[in-house]
Amino acid sequence: MVFKINVNGKSQNVDVEEGTPLLWALRDGLGILGPKFGCGVGQCGACTVHVDGQPVRSCSLPIEAVGAGKVVTIEGIGATANGKKIQAAWTELDVAQCGYCQPGQIMSATALLNATPKPADADIDAAMSGNICRCATYVRIRAAIKQASGQKVEA
Amino acid sequence: MADGFTEGASRRDLLKTGALAGGLMLSFSVAGKTDAAPAAEAKLNAYVSLTPDNKVTIVSKNPEIGQGIKTSLPMIIAEEFDVDWAQVTTKQADGDPATYGRQFAGGSMATPLHWDELRRVGAAGRAMIVAAAAQTWNVPVAECTTALGVVYHKASGKKATYGSLAAKAATLPAPDLKTVPLKDAKDYKILGRFMPQVDSAGLVTGKPLFGIDVVVPGMLYATFDKAPVFGAKVASADLAAAKAVKGVRHAFIVEGGTELSGLLPGVAVVADSWWQAHKAREKLNIQWAEHPTSKQSTTDYDAQALALSKAAPLRTERNDGDVAAGMKAASKTVEAAYSYPFIAHAALEPMNCTAAFKDGKLEIWAPTQNPEPGRQLVAKTLGMDPAAISLHMTRCGGGFGRRLANDYMVEAAWIAKQAGAPVKLVWSREDDLRHDFYRPGGYHFLSGGVDASGAVTAWRDHFVSFGNDGKFASSAGMSQNEFPARFVPNFRYDLSLIPTGVPTGPLRAPGSNALSFVMQSFIDELAHAAGADPVAFRLKLLGDGAMVGTPGQSGYAADRMRGVVKLAAEKAGWGKTKLPKGTGMGIAFHFSHMGYFAEVVQATVAADGAVKVDKVWVAADVGRQIINPAGGINQVQGSVLDGLSAALGQLITIENGAAVQGNFGDYPLMRIADAPPVEVHFLITDNPPTGLGEPALPPAPPALCNAIFAATGKRIRSLPINTEALKSV
Repeated sequence: MVFKINVNGKSQNVDVEEGTPLLWALRDGLGILGPKFGCGVGQCGACTVHVDGQPVRSCSLPIEAVGAGKVVTIEGIGATANGKKIQAAWTELDVAQCGYCQPGQIMSATALLNATPKPADADIDAAMSGNICRCATYVRIRAAIKQASGQKVEA
Repeated sequence: MADGFTEGASRRDLLKTGALAGGLMLSFSVAGKTDAAPAAEAKLNAYVSLTPDNKVTIVSKNPEIGQGIKTSLPMIIAEEFDVDWAQVTTKQADGDPATYGRQFAGGSMATPLHWDELRRVGAAGRAMIVAAAAQTWNVPVAECTTALGVVYHKASGKKATYGSLAAKAATLPAPDLKTVPLKDAKDYKILGRFMPQVDSAGLVTGKPLFGIDVVVPGMLYATFDKAPVFGAKVASADLAAAKAVKGVRHAFIVEGGTELSGLLPGVAVVADSWWQAHKAREKLNIQWAEHPTSKQSTTDYDAQALALSKAAPLRTERNDGDVAAGMKAASKTVEAAYSYPFIAHAALEPMNCTAAFKDGKLEIWAPTQNPEPGRQLVAKTLGMDPAAISLHMTRCGGGFGRRLANDYMVEAAWIAKQAGAPVKLVWSREDDLRHDFYRPGGYHFLSGGVDASGAVTAWRDHFVSFGNDGKFASSAGMSQNEFPARFVPNFRYDLSLIPTGVPTGPLRAPGSNALSFVMQSFIDELAHAAGADPVAFRLKLLGDGAMVGTPGQSGYAADRMRGVVKLAAEKAGWGKTKLPKGTGMGIAFHFSHMGYFAEVVQATVAADGAVKVDKVWVAADVGRQIINPAGGINQVQGSVLDGLSAALGQLITIENGAAVQGNFGDYPLMRIADAPPVEVHFLITDNPPTGLGEPALPPAPPALCNAIFAATGKRIRSLPINTEALKSV
């Protein structure tokens, strides 16, 4: 059936069965490929998008639950001030290795900055613990969040 | 499976032949393939092309799996080509061994294999540009200089961009790669600088760079169910039920073969979307045929290992001196049994591949570390001429050795051909964890002796590994030269093998990732038995010599290892830091993949047994040049955390011939809160540069376990670390 969802500021129709996770509606239905499939059970965070500003695991959110919620993906987050800052810090510090988890990391990090402009280490641990980086770029993820939030970066 | 280059001998063979296989040939393929290049683009060789507006494109020949190769290999060429890195765009090569020689991501081999050859490719391109300038200006070549993509003739004041000379340069003969002059390292402007990886902007904005992002017109989506018991055949499946699910176009049984790294039996579902296929597979109600591997289990392996340890070994792999006499001469002896489990790669991008079969030709888009064996496997399995198969290499969402196998590639090809449409096959996480080529487990029954001076007088290891017909299973081997062989006068390595039907294969720093845990932990036990400082004890064990064995072959540069042991200890403040109760420091070192690494871990063990890694210090000697510190340091930090992650929680249990763990709930990977700072120090020595994808991993687990011992007095002899046993309340 056809669901109308708002993605990155644009209202779009997507034709999928009820129960289809938002992730697959985005990827296969709308060709929005930034959110990634990693585990399918909300454990790894690679699929993280924002719904009404909150970080959400799109692999575990059925399409019908999105409703009028405003979905923002990695493709749209750069249009926000914090998203842009996070992306810039990610590039400057060369955070990524394989990069597959990084869309999810960036979505979680941006949500963190939106809620907590100067996150301490404990804030970072809490906000980012749902996002696995198999390459374990955690040292640089932490540094990039600090840099993007204008805090001192330890090497 | 074909993973030979991760084992010592074949790696050396590659080193010997690598340059000939790829680079030297390139100078004769100047014309190259011009079909894809814009008309204005001039191609100097298979790697370097440029446009009149001085934009340079450099091809990266190898698969990008997160090791940063798409940045670092072109950096090597760009340095000698003498252009501004900002001018350069890098381009991923297709699978094309006729042009590029062997293309793979494995064994941390890209740097040692290409360091010399790709500098020469760049220098040859520069020589052609300079020759074009000299001809244009009618001046001697020797009077022309270059900088940042511009040629200068000082005497006449003439200058010209590379781009303006490119069309002419492309018509000139390529110089002899063997004699083309190379820069002095002090003049490097690109190598050694922190260069963010070239795909960085695309990665942070969500560009579709990965295999799983491939979209082909008319593409369908597939799932493939294989038996939980490795290699079991399909007895029956309710194909009609799956086909009744909306969107499903095909559901069929694939007969498959018996080779575990090839096309195995299973059931394919092909649908309009992946989710439809995924839901439909739940309806298949597959019954699997009986298979002998179903009798195997981790519990049974453990029992077999214990029994084998008490019997005479299958064979003795090494026997130096007289171990019995060495034990007698010892003032203290130690016996211990070590073991480590099967573990999975768990690359975050699940295995996937897209294939399109049309008019007898097959086009494949694959996130693979090892494209050519994949093409050959597909050709053989589908009965095709390899020349009819074209292969595009996509970025890989992690490799860690998993994508050296090409099982998912042959599955996608088979399904696409049968479905008669382009197909993207995507595995679930459960498919991935339960159908891996696992890092094999292993058991070491050790005894050792130390004398009053703190010297190791004897070492005996009865290694119980996995293998069939007297041969090691893939990546289950141990070299006869594995440290501390050759450093202990009375040394014996006995071997027994447990047959297994579980597929195994190389995982980042194969062999080393487990052996280092055993050797460096037991060395620590001997150090404590001798009442010696663990650093001092190790330095004494390494001796006073420089090279042990033959350089470039089995050689072990003891002096380089002593250098990193001392540096790691110094940076960590070893022996100088007063640590609180429950906190300890441990050290370990390991030589693998041509790199010398020593690491100190500081860890704190809480009363409930919880282990927190406070910090890691790494000292690394990979020669005289770090190609790209941005990627290099990232690799080292990631490798260390990868090793710690495995030691702290990873375990694949085999029950009834199948892997139990299926997702990140029961197969935990390290998360950010558990990731300590990792301080990286490179010890620059006058040796050829070598790779950084793997060798930082092996010392991390034993350094952690040795830190836990320092903190608690409790010795970890089995992985993953059982925190229950570390409880002090």
